[in-house]
Formats: sequence, C-alpha cells, structure tokens
Amino acid sequence: MKTKTVEYLVTRNPELGMDGRPVRVPVLPPGVEPELRGEHMLINIGPQHPATHGVLRLVLELDGETVVRCIPHIGYLHSSFEKLGEYRGWNQIIPLTDRMDYLAPLIYNCAFAMAVEKLMGIEVTERCKVVRVICMELDRIFSHLLWLGTFAMDVGAFTVFLWAFQERERIYRLHERYTGARITTSATRIGGMLADLPPGWTEELQHFIDTFPNTLDQIEALLTNNQIWIGRLRDVGVIGPEEAVNYGLTGPNLRASGVPYDVRKDRPYYDYETYDFDIPVGEHGDCYDRYLVRMEEMRQSLRILQQALDRLPDGPINVDDPRVILPRKTDVMTDMESMIHHFKLVMEGIRVPPGESWFSVESSKGELGMYVVSDGGSKPVRWRVRGPSFVNLSALPRLVEGHMLSDVIAINASLDIVLGEIDR
Amino acid sequence: MAMSKDFENAVEGLAQGAAGAEAAAAGPQRGPEADAASHPSVPRLRARFGDAILHHEVVAGDEHVVYVRPERILEILGWLRDDPEERYDFLKDLTAVDYGGGRPLQVVYQLWSIPYRRGLRLKAELPLDALEIDSATRLWHTANWLEREVYDMFGIRFRGHPDLRRILMPENYAEGHPLRKDFPLRGRFSRAEQTRRALSVDLDDIYFPEELEVGGIRYRPTGSGSAGEGPGAAEGGAA
Repeated sequence: MKTKTVEYLVTRNPELGMDGRPVRVPVLPPGVEPELRGEHMLINIGPQHPATHGVLRLVLELDGETVVRCIPHIGYLHSSFEKLGEYRGWNQIIPLTDRMDYLAPLIYNCAFAMAVEKLMGIEVTERCKVVRVICMELDRIFSHLLWLGTFAMDVGAFTVFLWAFQERERIYRLHERYTGARITTSATRIGGMLADLPPGWTEELQHFIDTFPNTLDQIEALLTNNQIWIGRLRDVGVIGPEEAVNYGLTGPNLRASGVPYDVRKDRPYYDYETYDFDIPVGEHGDCYDRYLVRMEEMRQSLRILQQALDRLPDGPINVDDPRVILPRKTDVMTDMESMIHHFKLVMEGIRVPPGESWFSVESSKGELGMYVVSDGGSKPVRWRVRGPSFVNLSALPRLVEGHMLSDVIAINASLDIVLGEIDR
Repeated sequence: MAMSKDFENAVEGLAQGAAGAEAAAAGPQRGPEADAASHPSVPRLRARFGDAILHHEVVAGDEHVVYVRPERILEILGWLRDDPEERYDFLKDLTAVDYGGGRPLQVVYQLWSIPYRRGLRLKAELPLDALEIDSATRLWHTANWLEREVYDMFGIRFRGHPDLRRILMPENYAEGHPLRKDFPLRGRFSRAEQTRRALSVDLDDIYFPEELEVGGIRYRPTGSGSAGEGPGAAEGGAA
C-alpha cells in the first residue's frame, strides 16, 4: 500500500498573497465576538438531500449557526460524457447533450449542433433557425419554472411549486408532441432538426403563450411583495459586479449583479439582434434580484416566442447538404445513388473537416459553450462543454460564507444549478 | 500491493514512449499563420511579448487562436486582463485538448472582453513529460475549479493553485486521468477491481483531513489497512 502524501490547502476563501502562496483567512465570521466563539461544528448536507437539487454534497463548517466555510463535493453523477463523445459519431453525441441539462434539453441539443455546423461551415435554413429559437426560448421558460418551483419550496412556499409544475407539464406535452420524449428530446441533427413541427403544434404553443402570463402574474402576486419572501432573500448571498465576473458567473446570476452581459445581445446568433426583447439587469446581486431577473426573463422569452411564431417561414427544415442529411426514404428505395449515399452516411457517419470551433449560446443558466475539435474523422478528438452550472456553483463557497445555515439552502437554490451538467 | 512500473508509467501517460516522440517531432497540426491585423489584440501582443507569441491562426471562420509559450502564460493573461485597451476580464473557459499519439497537450484559455465584446483563444502546449503550467487562480477565481477539472481529467499540474485535487473523480481514484487519449474507455482496472475499490472506501476518502479535524475525528495519514505491511506502515511507525 502506498503512503498517502496529498497536501491539502483548503482555505476558507483562497486568497493569494504577494508571493502567490495562499493566505489563510482567520476563521472568524464577521459580527461574532471573539469570546463568544464556540467550537466549530461540521455539518454534511447531501449527497442525497432534496434541497441540494441533485447529488450535490456540501460540507459546512459552522460557528453556531453561521457558516464559516463551505466545501462543495461534486462528481457523484459523473458519467464522463466528454470521454464517451470521443467514441461516438457526431450525431450520436446529441442524446448525450440533453442528459446533461435535463431541465433545458433543447438548448443543449441546439448548442451542440450549432458548434458542429459552424465547424463544417453549414448555414441552416431560415425555418430551422426560427424553430431552434422557439425551442431554446421555450426551454428557458421550462427551466426557469423548475427553478421557481423548487426555489419557492426551499424557502417555504409550497403552492408555487404546484402552479409552476402545472405549467411545466404543458411544455412537457409540447416536447412530447414534437420529439416523442418529455426530457430526453434529442431534437436536433447536424444541419437541421429530427423532423418538421407536427401539425397543430404552433397552435398549442400559441395557446401556451396566451395563457401562461396569467399564471406568472398569480405567482408574482404570491411572492414579489411577500414580506417573508423578501425577508428571506434580500441581502442574502450578495456578490458585486467585478467579483461576479471574476468568479465567472454568467446568465441571470451575473445580470442580477448589474452586468448586462447576455450572449444573445453581445454575440448574437440566429438573428437574435432582429428580435425585440430586453435584458433584465439587477442592482444588488442578492437572491431577491436573482429572483426578479428570472421572472422578467420568462416574460421576455414569451415576447421572443411570439415574434418567432409570427415570422415562422415556410420551407425546408433541413439544409440541402448531402454531407449531413439523409436522402428521402422514397429515393433510397428507388434510386441507387441515394441508397449508396444513405448507406455511407449511416455506416460511416458524418465527417467533419479538421479544425475546431467554439459556440456560445445563452442557456437558461448562463453561457453555455460547446467546443469541438476534429481531426477530419467521423468522431470528435475532443468535445468540451463549458457548463454554466459548473462555474456558477464554484462561487457558492464565497456566497454562503458568513450567512446562516438556512440561507445556504436559499443561496444554493437561487443559483439554479443542475447536477447532471456539473458532473457531466 | 506495489504497482508495477509499467502500470505506473501507463497511468502517467509515459507509456506512449518512442512512437510518441516521433509524432511529437512532427509537430502539432496548425493552420496557416493568419493576418495579424485581423484581430486588434494580436499586433499588440506581439509588440509586447515578442517571441513568446508563437503562432496566430483563424479557425472556423472568425475564431482567433494564439499559441504562446507556456512559461509566460500568466504574464500574458494578466496583461490581457488588465491593459485598458484589452480588458479581457472574463475567463470563459479553461480546458485542455489531447490529440493523442504522443503529441503535446494543449491548455486552452477562452477569453472574452465584456467591455469591447471580443474574444480570443490562447493555447499553451505542454510536452507529455512536463505537464506543469502556472495557475491562473491569482487572476480569476473561476480558474480554481476549471483547473482542478483539467488536473483531474488530464493530469496537468498548475503551479500555485491553492487547492489542486481531483474534482469529479474520487480522491482515491488510482487509474489515472480519464480524458487522456491513452486511457481506455472502460478504465484500467477490471470491473471486479473497480467494484472492490468502490465498496472499500473508508472515511479518509470521503472527508478531507481539514474537515475531519473540525469534526474532531483524528486523521490517519497513511490510509486504512496499512498497519504492518508495505513501506507506508514503516514510515508511519517512524513518525
């Protein structure tokens, strides 16, 4: 047996001194008299705990009820998707992407397809662009609704959870009608979608757009001016703009701190610059602002959805590119060239030219970056996912220090993490 | 249970040996040198850092990649972050790429300037026998977990990282670094051995020494079951 000689330097808040060595911050929380300091206590939350939203494990060092230090442990859901991706064809990776963020699967499907299309130089059809915008905005609402329901439940409001899940169920039905699956949608293909929208789907979506604001208003009436809600959230988990950028926060968490950074505006894709929508920005960077920002984002997503539905053009959903798109089934049955083409695409898979590309989209949780590297083969050399939840969660120790134990739950819920994507 | 030298070399990625050296001599796959004027930051980088900037290319249409000398990465990153005309204040991503075949590993930095709305990708290449580079944690807090992930998955050590330990794999994981090309998809140990190890996890592997200290549990530095056998026990006895 080898001797274990690992040196641990777990500091409370790893600050680096002038010489680059970590400086240990004294483990005395603010506002505690030195003579009242008691013995520190160790509390383990998770990995199986409803308030950690998955299999997240937090080890907390407490002084009384004040958190002195928080050490998150992740990896319990690790399935090595990135390694699996190196052994799969380009289209076969798409089912892996929606198992990462199962709360907004369509955004992940689209982001991966976009990265590969960029590397291949494929411009998708106008109809496909608008359909993907619809998919992504629909799943932004889908994901924010789960965050809203569980956040409210963690802070003690149960009704919101039921109302939010009723609305989510309608989006589940839209998913199911379009892709055949409720969560594991796998809706995109390189160069297009798995199919065109089914008949009647847009009407159902229109009905959702018309009626959903009503529920949103009811939920806001329950929460926004609620004294308990404000008391639990205001000035909890505050992070300033510079620090938020330094910690790599993105999405609503960053915008709640007052930084108006949104990939849809700063580096528009799929004609987002032609849609009329606003980016809500908070002021204080606390849990309450994160709540307000996400509530407004859902309304803005509805605006985008309405505009996308209005402009939804006719035409083919897939590009006319034999490198990626299968020929029509009737042609395969009657035409020899089409059959060979079909055979080669199915047996060899798509071949992507050597090179690399990075594609960022604004996912519901922040900036989602897909980085693909190809050597010209039918499998990627490297497929990297820059998951927003992973980076957002790394700021959790900084956010919870000095707060009460019960605030840890609220702060963790306000960050809106999904462990499938953190552990990958 | 001493591990064989071959196994250790394989875990460290050194088993690729002579064949790898040939491929490494052939050099990495790079595109043609891009027009430096196509990105505002590149001429300034070249003027300031001279021969530390090795290569500049454009990939996928509009993505600018700059290869730099790994020894000076921290200097370059710090300048890019703080210079008032660059302001790359947001480290989007930090990852690594292994092309396999003994070629050097690439550490990839995705930078984004929120004020100027432009991006830049930096790459530093590390030969397989010297996988060490300065940590960016003193510039960005976000580098902390990202570098831990790269260390976990690729075995690249980051000098000056405050807390460099595995993040996704368990701390007692002994099969090496999963995203390296020489790592087999199903791991190095047999399924039986993997199961045995998973079932024999003890307290030291679940909690870290500092956590145990706070919890009032005495930490056993030599791991479990080592009493009376192997070199670990001898050292423990001497101390």
